Amino acid sequence: MYFMEARAKLIDLAAFLDRVERAAGEDDFRVAALRRALGELSGNGGQRARRALLSLSDPTSEPLAAAQGKSACGAWAGQGR
Amino acid sequence: MRYIEPHAHMVSRTTDDYAAMAAAGCQAVCEPAFWAGFDRSSAAGFYDYFRQLTEFEPKRAAKFGLTHYCWLCVNPKESEDLKLAIEVIDLIPRFLDRPNVIGIGEIGLNKNTRNELKALEAQIDLAARHKQLILVHTPHLEDKLKGTKLIVDALKSDSRIEPGRVIIDHVEEHTIELALNAGFWAGMTLYPESKCTAARAVDMIDLYGAERLWMNSACDWGVSVPLAVPRAALEMRARGHGRAAIDKLIYGNPREFMSQCPKFGVNHE
Repeated sequence: MYFMEARAKLIDLAAFLDRVERAAGEDDFRVAALRRALGELSGNGGQRARRALLSLSDPTSEPLAAAQGKSACGAWAGQGR
Repeated sequence: MRYIEPHAHMVSRTTDDYAAMAAAGCQAVCEPAFWAGFDRSSAAGFYDYFRQLTEFEPKRAAKFGLTHYCWLCVNPKESEDLKLAIEVIDLIPRFLDRPNVIGIGEIGLNKNTRNELKALEAQIDLAARHKQLILVHTPHLEDKLKGTKLIVDALKSDSRIEPGRVIIDHVEEHTIELALNAGFWAGMTLYPESKCTAARAVDMIDLYGAERLWMNSACDWGVSVPLAVPRAALEMRARGHGRAAIDKLIYGNPREFMSQCPKFGVNHE
């Protein structure tokens, strides 16, 4: 089960990274975060979904002083943003 | 197949959706109060919304043979304006005795701010004072892990809160243990892109078992699927889960949790 679906998603992801590479400008932080998360897929030991989600997550613990908008963007922007 | 839809924003859906859910075996639909996609400008806007949830929507659902229940709160997306949030929280007790209100929800966090946390704590206190069940919304995407930790800490710091009367919704692989290990229930929301697919939900059932776990569609005004729960049941069947195991997940578990509110009952019981 699921092989063809996973294969299709893999090729879509590869095409997305190619598309980003062809575009002008530098990677934004989300693409960089996606590349880091991809590293969680290799190797053994299971929990790849959990590890990929953790790598995209805000690791801090203090509440923010105020919200800058309502939406999430899918990857933690880091301390600098 | 019979199932309970424990989290659906039916005010955003059509009568076709009600008809399809009833045809698929839905026995009851439960609607947490949420963000309308825009900020309401006053507490009066929430007052009207609570009337819609407790007066109009139950009648609309009944036309399709469905019992409609709701949860009331000010949602985290509108909690950043703390003055407004407190005004809305003060309105809620006058609705708690209405026959289809089964708890406080979906409370929680969105961007994990101080004001959101204050509004959350005020609503945990409201639930404790009125002995209400709690349904928790956890934040989206990169904010979910931090928000879930803050929410669990806030709930655990109030000694009046019994974890078995709280469901932490929208869990994913990196947050499900935070909910279950602390004794709370956990909800998996089945969305086409964000949150959780049916395949991942069945993975988590395989890994963590079927206790204190439910699945919901959280269908609303955005991209979402009102029949996500029965479709996930088909996924369970394809993965080898038997009839009884499926019935427990999609009917027995939500019934067990929400029956802790004496007002909750399922049609034909």
